[in-house]
Amino acid sequence: MAQATPLSGRRWSPPPLIKNPWIRWGLILGAVIYFAVALSTLQFSPERVARGIQRSGQLLLAFLQPDFTTRGNLILVGILESVTMAAISTVAGFIISVPVGFGAARNLVPVPVYLFCRGLIALSRTFQEVIIAILFVVMFGFGPFAGVLTLTFGSLGFFSKLLAEDIEEIDPAQVEAIRSTGASWLKMVSYAVVPQVLPRMIGLTLYRFDINIREAAILGIVGAGGIGSTLNTSLRRYDYDTASAIILVIIALVMTVELTSGWIRKRVQ
Amino acid sequence: MPVLEKNGIKTWQWRDQRQVLTEYALWLLLLLVMLICARFIAERTTWSFVLDAPRQGGEMIARGVPPRWDYMSQLWRPLWDTLTIATLGTALSFIIAVPVAFLAARNTTPHLIVRYLALLIIVGTRSVNSLIWALILVVILGPGVLSGTLAIALRSVGFMGKLIYEGIEEINPEPVEAIRSTGASGAQVLSYAIWPQVITNILGVTIYRWDINLRESTVVGLVGAGGIGIQLDASINTLRWNQVSMILIVIFVSVFISEWISAKARQALI
Repeated sequence: MAQATPLSGRRWSPPPLIKNPWIRWGLILGAVIYFAVALSTLQFSPERVARGIQRSGQLLLAFLQPDFTTRGNLILVGILESVTMAAISTVAGFIISVPVGFGAARNLVPVPVYLFCRGLIALSRTFQEVIIAILFVVMFGFGPFAGVLTLTFGSLGFFSKLLAEDIEEIDPAQVEAIRSTGASWLKMVSYAVVPQVLPRMIGLTLYRFDINIREAAILGIVGAGGIGSTLNTSLRRYDYDTASAIILVIIALVMTVELTSGWIRKRVQ
Repeated sequence: MPVLEKNGIKTWQWRDQRQVLTEYALWLLLLLVMLICARFIAERTTWSFVLDAPRQGGEMIARGVPPRWDYMSQLWRPLWDTLTIATLGTALSFIIAVPVAFLAARNTTPHLIVRYLALLIIVGTRSVNSLIWALILVVILGPGVLSGTLAIALRSVGFMGKLIYEGIEEINPEPVEAIRSTGASGAQVLSYAIWPQVITNILGVTIYRWDINLRESTVVGLVGAGGIGIQLDASINTLRWNQVSMILIVIFVSVFISEWISAKARQALI
């Protein structure tokens, strides 16, 4: 039994990720064909890239000497607008998401309410903020108000979905315990439900603020207020020095907010 | 345990007085900040436009329903472009993100300085939204699918790189030790001990990002970087609301399908 069988050149090789060879080779072949077709429709022209490299030289040069001062006032106002938009819509989205989140928890409400709330959440999560912003800009005019509504709507979907999941998964023992003391519904919620949901919700609020800051930085491109409009204008005017300054400011802002919110989240949880 | 004593009766309380006061102070501060923000926004809003919103919105919906179904025949090509932007963008980002992630992971990086450089790439590309990348690339390369693909790819590098390198740092060190003790070279350790442990995570992250990228590639066209966003922009600028509603339906359906595919594929991986 323990005889060494001559392997005649066969070597061990690690098992493939997809066991069925037909599926494996089919997927590989399909991918190759798809990429070939997709690449051929890319309209890749070398001369355009060559011209682009020249222009990117200019842009890179501008990035090495960003101009913060010439349009300093505009940049400052744009950033302030973005931050206030993000802050106010995070809070507003959170407040509105409480009833919607309850409505989207399957164990609490009748089916029509559940479907309505879930539909609202699906709408808000499917479309990019920018698309919603365009529609709101048409309705409410240019400016940060449309941006606030957009981000509120986006935050609404985000919070409601997570809140609904949390409510569906809550530990019933604590609810039972508080209720058995004869507590009212309000007391039950504030002593048994809120403490279970709150720490995660604070973390999620900060996380969403983080997302909203990123979005608020670009909504201006479609006219919904914030630094994005300043960026768009400066790029259209070939004012690359200002554009690079704005991009650097955006990066700094996003990173600061991300670090701060991460730090707070670590301390709360 | 915080206890309130009143007329000789002890009552249990959730928090003591100091905690309660700090909490109230924090709420007050939040309220104050919100009021300042609201005033700032209100000052910068043209209220006559806002008051006009119900009429505008009603008109928009009235002109958008029913959607122009036959416009679909002109949407197949932009839809294909959108898919191309998302898929090629994800593929390109995969090619860049995987090596960067291996350089950024503490247990596979060749040197600490390389690690910080890789982390810089990850953080830097992640902080810039794909729409901003698209704006810059349209300036450099001109409008078109290529700019959109690169914008999506650059934005994804940071996202995928971060998730992949965190996965690499969490691998089980024992197989690595075992393979190394047979006298295997660095490349052999990588391909026989590390790669099999992280490949499912890498593919999962890639599919997840592809799903997000499909959403994002629907809007890069708004700044001229190809895809269905170009048609959306044109239809909105010419106030063809029945075309806009058709495009929104197409986007909704394709995002829905991509989400389904991505969920199924990730299930199959695990």
